[in-house]
Amino acid sequence: MSNQALPRPRFDPPEPERASKANLKVESRTAPLLQGKVSAVPDAVFGWAMRLCGIAVVLLLGLIVYELIVGSRLSWHAFGFKFFVQSDWNPVEDSFGALPFIYGTVVSSILSLIIAVPLSIGVAVFITEMCPVALRGILSFTTELLAAIPSVIYGLWAIFILVPLLRTYVQPFLATTLGWTGLFSGPPYGIGMLAAGIILAIMIIPIISSITREVLTVVPQHQREAALALGATRWEMIRIGVLRNARAGIVGAIILGLGRALGETMAVTMVIGNRPEIAKSLFAPGYTMASVLANEFTEATGDVYLSALIEIGLALFLVTIVVNALARLLVWSVTRGQPTKGVV
Amino acid sequence: MSTAPTALVMPAISLRRRITDHAMTVVSVLTVIIVLLPLFAIFAYLVYKGIGSINWAFLTQTPKPVGEPGGGMANAIVGSMVILAIASLLGVPLGIGAGIYLSEYGRNRYGDAVRFISDVLNGVPSIVIGIVAYAIVVMRQKHFSALAGGVALAIMMVPTIARTTEQMLLLVPQAIREAAYGLGVSRWRTTLSITLRTATSGVITGVMLAFARVAGETAPLLFTAFGNQFWNWKSDQPTAALSLQIFTYAISPFDEWHRQAWAGALVLIILIVAAVTAVRIAVRHGTLAGAQ
Amino acid sequence: MGVGIIVEQLNAFYGKTQALFDINLNVAANHATALIGPSGCGKSTFIRCLNRMHETIPEARVEGKVLIGEFSVYNGTSATQLRRRVGMVFQKPNPFPTMSIYDNVAAGLKLNGFRNRRQLDEIVEKSLNSSALWDEVKDSLHKKSGASLSGGQQQRLCIARALAVQPEVLLMDEPCSALDPISTGKIEELIFQLKEQYTIVIVTHNMQQAARVAEFTGFFLLGKMIEFDKTEKVFTNPSDKRTEDYVTGRFG
Repeated sequence: MSNQALPRPRFDPPEPERASKANLKVESRTAPLLQGKVSAVPDAVFGWAMRLCGIAVVLLLGLIVYELIVGSRLSWHAFGFKFFVQSDWNPVEDSFGALPFIYGTVVSSILSLIIAVPLSIGVAVFITEMCPVALRGILSFTTELLAAIPSVIYGLWAIFILVPLLRTYVQPFLATTLGWTGLFSGPPYGIGMLAAGIILAIMIIPIISSITREVLTVVPQHQREAALALGATRWEMIRIGVLRNARAGIVGAIILGLGRALGETMAVTMVIGNRPEIAKSLFAPGYTMASVLANEFTEATGDVYLSALIEIGLALFLVTIVVNALARLLVWSVTRGQPTKGVV
Repeated sequence: MSTAPTALVMPAISLRRRITDHAMTVVSVLTVIIVLLPLFAIFAYLVYKGIGSINWAFLTQTPKPVGEPGGGMANAIVGSMVILAIASLLGVPLGIGAGIYLSEYGRNRYGDAVRFISDVLNGVPSIVIGIVAYAIVVMRQKHFSALAGGVALAIMMVPTIARTTEQMLLLVPQAIREAAYGLGVSRWRTTLSITLRTATSGVITGVMLAFARVAGETAPLLFTAFGNQFWNWKSDQPTAALSLQIFTYAISPFDEWHRQAWAGALVLIILIVAAVTAVRIAVRHGTLAGAQ
Repeated sequence: MGVGIIVEQLNAFYGKTQALFDINLNVAANHATALIGPSGCGKSTFIRCLNRMHETIPEARVEGKVLIGEFSVYNGTSATQLRRRVGMVFQKPNPFPTMSIYDNVAAGLKLNGFRNRRQLDEIVEKSLNSSALWDEVKDSLHKKSGASLSGGQQQRLCIARALAVQPEVLLMDEPCSALDPISTGKIEELIFQLKEQYTIVIVTHNMQQAARVAEFTGFFLLGKMIEFDKTEKVFTNPSDKRTEDYVTGRFG
């Protein structure tokens, strides 16, 4: 089967010897370097050390759950489920009902969402769809700067700037225009549920807006083009081609913001008034689960008192976990697990 | 050729639709302005109200008794640094280790579980973590301390550092690891001296982000470090912290303390920004130097 | 001096998929052996079995016997130790990006604990000379990073890096496929000279390259080794029809 198409390579070297068991023992080079035996121990130790670090993360969560459950046992035995539906918070008589705090947490968080969601989506839409490219970086940077401000500084600003503003201008205005709803009645202290809701809104806007931005960016370009090709105006293109596609992710972003709002402590504590009462008006002072922990934990006299507080901590923990898990599921379903950067 | 094609008549976009389009653009711009307003307001007020009160006395003295003017937050500034140092010592190695695990040993179901739990940990409210740190440190030691505060903050740092370390390590191409394996470098050496080394700047950025996040935290310190009006160098006493001091002063009824709260807040922000920038610069110079 | 390689009944798997079927092969010491075959035929998998790089892929498995010199690759020797005697050059040059040229070449030694500065200097110079890169980089050994060189230079850097550990065998997995013709030519010249000191196994897509540099050639197809003989015979008078079809360009 000789082949004339391929030119014969010039190949004249002597017959090389094929390797065989006999001549395998060619003089091995003297490599004075690296002759030592390699032990498998360091690799094994390192591997287990790293796995231990991973396990430590799991243990940390376990520790948190354990301490919360153990600490709240006393209160659970004393009050059972009634703990969460009674509104009487009475340390003196050792009678504890957590309803006012649950109410306060829920109302302040929902209020903050009502304010923050339209604003966050507006900012996200602007940055991703309408903004000139040059501004994009600066705008996203500044919105993320909002996330870097510590909670206590938000609270400081809220006490001395926001609250007087509310007291002097906003609350009287709301009382006269919308007072009939019952939501804006009572003396305009400034401090109260409304202030808490507003400062919370400011604090969760960065996270909702940054996740929304990511979710909007992931919407494929051809969706936008399809809408435009049908003759849509820019806003219609955004509404039909982008927002509709990103719906699940936006909902996820909102729920993530909710999760953040539920656990927020310092700024809320400083402006909510710290009164364990349930009131319809947003002007009234209130109390959240996180705030009562912040205020009363170190003052708790008596084991039942402390246990009741820890039980509130447990409830807060469970609620935020569920909310956050739900949110991540939604966001992941849209971004397909691409790593989220920044404020999460 | 009996019928000439009729010209296409495009309906003009209705006035309503055009107005809506323009209106929504205006609305969007408005939202941006409304959102940025508080940002500028906060920074402006921080500077305006705080700058006048930052002086040498403020930075070097401890608080004066109630009612007396003057005094400062020196102990709080130092206390914060001590607490953050403890937190970093505990949290950074653990976080980076967990990140290495996730990236190099955890590409499987177990790693997924750790990843998920790390994200859950990230979302736990900081005050709850304070409760846990109280339970495991303060209750055992029967006193508040900087250690307890450090533990609380360390717990908060770990998930963030673990995830960013993992992401940065995953960015290192597999070819680089293979080059090291091919040279007969053992796996642990490859992971540390090659993979981690290549990802150093990204890992440090992640650590820095975690640091900046916990530097301003107050809630977890409320019942761990607890705060202190005086200098404290003993490990069995409560410790002052800048964020705690700001909180205490802000909710107090004294104007003098309000003034100092603003100053403290300004110092806190400056310290956070300074720390973040310093690390950025160090990293940039480090990688340019190219030393092994 | 190089050593010979004997491969007996080698089977390799990726999870449940078998990639190599009963490979038997004898590689001559101090010669270059080329492995050719169409894409996906298993030649890269095979070469990576020789220094146990195949194992670094999760769920990968090897059965069979490989002897390099007197070392049994799959029985007892730690993979790390083996890889210090068998060097590898990859398809895409992969110098360590955060290290200088000097540190790149010395990496195999430094990372394994070798610290003697003067000896390191000597070895670095010798290795860079062997890979014909010394003259081009001798003035910027510590200043330039490994990644700042051109593609062909990077590959020669990787060769120097592999040589610095003083292996007995050099495995090259399509070392020139990412390079321009001039760099390719330089590296082929290199292989010609390195043959005297090392045993070289080179995987290549390029049949002319195999003809130029190797004394022996093995033809792989679908995970089996179809033919292994002197290069001249494989290209001009192959025993198997499939070899002839591939070599004359009827497929692949």
